[in-house]
Amino acid sequence: MLTPLLKLLRYSDIFVVAKIAIRMHKEPKALIILKRTWGDYCLLGFRAERIATEAQPGQFIMVRSGDNLHPLLRRPISIHSVQDDTVEIFFQQAGIGTRLLGQKEKDDTLDIIGPLGKGFHLENSLQEKSVALIGGGRGIAPLYFLAHKLRNLGALPRIYYGGRTINDIPLRKKFEEEDFEILLTTDDGSFGSKGQVTDLLHVSLQDFSPIRIFACGPEAMMQKVSRIAREKNIAAEFSLEAIMGCGFGACWGCVRKLKNDTQEEWSKICEEGPVFPGEKIIWQEEEQ
Amino acid sequence: MTDLSVDLGFLRLKNPVLTASGTFGYGVEFTPFVDLNELGGFVVKGLYFHPRPGNPPPRLVETASGLINAIGLQGIGVKRFSEEILPRLKDYDTALIVNVCGDEDEEYAAVTEYLDKQDGIAAYELNISCPNTKRDGRCPALSPDTTHAVVSLVKKTSKRPVITKLSPNVTDITEIALAAQEGGSDGLALANTFLAMAIDVETRTPKLANVFGGLSGPAIKPLTLRMVYQVAQSVQIPIVGIGGIVSGNDALEYMIAGASAIEVGTANFVDPESTKNIIRDLEAYCRKNGIQRIEQIIGTLKV
Repeated sequence: MLTPLLKLLRYSDIFVVAKIAIRMHKEPKALIILKRTWGDYCLLGFRAERIATEAQPGQFIMVRSGDNLHPLLRRPISIHSVQDDTVEIFFQQAGIGTRLLGQKEKDDTLDIIGPLGKGFHLENSLQEKSVALIGGGRGIAPLYFLAHKLRNLGALPRIYYGGRTINDIPLRKKFEEEDFEILLTTDDGSFGSKGQVTDLLHVSLQDFSPIRIFACGPEAMMQKVSRIAREKNIAAEFSLEAIMGCGFGACWGCVRKLKNDTQEEWSKICEEGPVFPGEKIIWQEEEQ
Repeated sequence: MTDLSVDLGFLRLKNPVLTASGTFGYGVEFTPFVDLNELGGFVVKGLYFHPRPGNPPPRLVETASGLINAIGLQGIGVKRFSEEILPRLKDYDTALIVNVCGDEDEEYAAVTEYLDKQDGIAAYELNISCPNTKRDGRCPALSPDTTHAVVSLVKKTSKRPVITKLSPNVTDITEIALAAQEGGSDGLALANTFLAMAIDVETRTPKLANVFGGLSGPAIKPLTLRMVYQVAQSVQIPIVGIGGIVSGNDALEYMIAGASAIEVGTANFVDPESTKNIIRDLEAYCRKNGIQRIEQIIGTLKV
């Protein structure tokens, strides 16, 4: 399975050696000042001034779920929002690490490193232009921060937010209360349009023409968004998820095959991403 | 004032804390967290002669207090290392140790010969746990003969001291350690990761694309500690202890068992400032126990 790929690799160009990252801070005792939960979903807000000042939408933090040595590794969690000196994360309690994190309470502290990675590309040319943000389940997390930045930039973001059931789209009110244009879907029809968020995107693009699509969610969802964006010739960016060891380029554990120029190579999600333009990503069905 | 320096005979370290290869990148990645000058030294990611693409993902899986990795030694090769990384490391006042890999014995020698021409390297660490393509994928570290062969070949030409890093996946590690010593190794590093695997029961597939990987982290500390103690009874050359060290206490256990220095590995991911915390803990221990030179505790286990 690997051999054909290896032939494509141009060995001398495989590696982008870590640049000295100066904008990366360790906050061993970030004070939690806000906690909200919706079933498995959890939002934590904590004071981390340097990270709040420097973070960009799409970047992430590495957070320890506790002081013990199991689970051992930090968890990569995308930045949901920043306000003044406060950073918010929004995550789903899915495994042992995120479950422990979900047990943290107000006045507890978090041990975090951030901001990490490269976020979404925002440029002035998006001003007064329509853009589409597609979030599936917990993938909505970075899109809230992004929606605010886009609005401040003068762009016109429309948010597509989908989940399996009404319980998987807990942030809908938050977007609505802040007057974002938001379209909701659930697979079972328990709220919003019945079906997948990609179905709604596909239909709505008949009379809606965003100049950029930003997506974060399950792999299958992003793959469909990528196909739709290609058909409609709309530039799209995707925030990818990966199991990470360190989060800052040292362990080489989080790689994924990406197209760089005409080459395919194992690239570090943590350092070169987690946000990538659609044309760089090789989706799983294309890998065969 | 506590003296934390340790003498490996071929190399004096300002303190016994090194980093384990593969967990500290090429050093430069950690400069936002650690002043490299404060370390006894650091061991950079394993280098083959040519760049290597590494293994397909998933490359990591977490287990109870441990981490299984199958990175596959993705790396930039000696040429790019010498041109792009070494110039950024040479001004640090600490021991830079380069971990050397090879598909064949001759490749290890080729790597050290190339690096011999570069400045700023204190020693080589021979990673003899790489699968050897000429021996059906068996790595040299699995037998005394193959260990002796590669160590003596490298020692014939190397202008710098050689620390041989052994594999723990053997029946009797003291045999291998003695073979490395006889081959002329200046020191030993014990040990590399334990061959391991993890399975997803829902899909009944391995959690690593490579099926097997190497287990590291606190889970293995008692195992490698035992090996360091056993080998320390058998060899005359200095030992660097590696395996699950996350605290000053862990480092002290290895030193009391007979290690002259230690390497911090997986802990660098958990807390990238681990090395400096461990150095601080060692100093505090010495001060509290009235130990003037930390070397005084090496191999002092009372049995």
